[in-house]
Amino acid sequence: MTCPSPAPVHPATLWADHRVDIEHIFREESGRILATLIGLLGRFDLAEEAMQEAFTIALEQWPEQGIPASPRAWLVSTAHHKALDLLRRSARLESKREELQKIAELEQQLAGANDNMLRNLGSDDPFGDDRLRLIFTCCHPALALEAQVALTLRTLCGLSTEEIARGFLVPLPTMAQRLVRAKQKIRDAHIPYQIPPEEELTARLEAVLLVVYLVFNEGYSATSGDAAVRHELSSEAIRLGRILCLLLPRQAEARALLALMLLHDSRRAARVRENGEPVLLEEQNRTLWNQEQIREGLALVESSLRDGPPGPYALQAAIAAVHARADRAEETDWHQIVALYQFLMRLQPSPVVELNHAAAVAMAEGPAAGLRLIDQIETNASLRDYYLLPAARADLLRRLNRWSEAADAYRSAVALAGNHSARNFLFRRLMEMESRVKPTGGAPR
Amino acid sequence: MQYLLLIYGNEAQWDTKSEADRGAILKEYGDFTKSIAQSGHYKGGNELNVTSTATTVRVRDGKRLVTDGPFAETKEQLGGYYLIDAKNLDDAIAIAARIPSARWGSIEVRPIIPHDMP
Repeated sequence: MTCPSPAPVHPATLWADHRVDIEHIFREESGRILATLIGLLGRFDLAEEAMQEAFTIALEQWPEQGIPASPRAWLVSTAHHKALDLLRRSARLESKREELQKIAELEQQLAGANDNMLRNLGSDDPFGDDRLRLIFTCCHPALALEAQVALTLRTLCGLSTEEIARGFLVPLPTMAQRLVRAKQKIRDAHIPYQIPPEEELTARLEAVLLVVYLVFNEGYSATSGDAAVRHELSSEAIRLGRILCLLLPRQAEARALLALMLLHDSRRAARVRENGEPVLLEEQNRTLWNQEQIREGLALVESSLRDGPPGPYALQAAIAAVHARADRAEETDWHQIVALYQFLMRLQPSPVVELNHAAAVAMAEGPAAGLRLIDQIETNASLRDYYLLPAARADLLRRLNRWSEAADAYRSAVALAGNHSARNFLFRRLMEMESRVKPTGGAPR
Repeated sequence: MQYLLLIYGNEAQWDTKSEADRGAILKEYGDFTKSIAQSGHYKGGNELNVTSTATTVRVRDGKRLVTDGPFAETKEQLGGYYLIDAKNLDDAIAIAARIPSARWGSIEVRPIIPHDMP
């Protein structure tokens, strides 16, 4: 497993080069810097404001004076001083007892800190504890899930509010408001900046993994919105997954989630046509799959499965691994996939998992067996508006050459499909079915 | 940092419990209160009488309006509270989770905004 690579520092002379370098440094380092600053200052909002000020100063000074040898230490130290300025300013305005007390604390901290200590603070977070604390703060269950996701992307990944809003197709003011409210709650309810105690770690990690997986899926599954931003979301989720594995090496589910994301992401180049339409797994050009991601993903799955009974991410990753191991769609070991889905249904029962199980059964035992399972799922009202259910039924009927029934099912799927490219795909299949339904030559008498 | 832990539960359910069950729950509450007093978290707390004994007061245009019952009809009713001193929200959540009613009702954890006495 590799750590996110440190930012390259070049003694570049051109402003343009510098600008690119500086922005790269900000993006790569902002999560760590913010984590360190919150650790020093004990306050989320103050740390963030001070970091932004330090970035502004860096953008002014670095192009002329060159990028410092340790940019992170420079930024931490500058922000630390800026935080004191900010506190003094607001204390003058509001003369709050709390602010004055904090100023005294910070002054003491700065007086006691020589340059050497600050450099260490900036460059060393040997156990990554600061970042881990920040992850657990951002993904605190006392925050709404959507706020957890936004906050994680903003503070740990350094995405701008605008980028996050675009990624989730939410108006900018809504996203800005969401972030402000979350930060207010962290401050006012005193959500702590700490790694949960051992007995709560597993439950809290589950929340963190869910946030990371949501970010990944938003970037991977959504076919609407800005493609570049969506790609960015998936890469950031993978980067967060790597950080979690690095910081919590004993957590098998964290490794399994990283494996799952890598194995899905390995198909990125093969899963959509140029016009944005999805390509079914069995029709994908497998030579386009990213073999490096597959290798890393497979190794991670195996290692996570060795660590005791598999969790839901390990099972999903194991299913993705079976697909990844098949060089051709016909070589897929569907019986193994069926067994893994059965395990998953017991561990995390949901109609969506049942539907995937039915699709796997159809591949392993034939479309008729799959269809029987889909009939059962359809009695459950919770999937009534889920377009993949009629789409799956339609696909099985098509394979059974039951054209007219398939056309009906495709029609329902088209009506329910939310995104444009999925609808196009289903519509084409519907046309195909209708052309196969032989004209009966006049109405029966 | 102080938090108010508001204890919500279904009053009707309480009425259906046997005398022995109620006694066991009350004893559990007593033990819990003692333990958070010993750990220095306890600042105050009370059990509230049922909502049928509640009265709501409003003053509009200088006129006093007094009505029967709580302000809103809900499935769960406020049945009591603790005022605690906690290090942070996690600390408060850990204490809230130990309140017996958390197992069948729910506990709302609200930070207190400190005000100086005038």
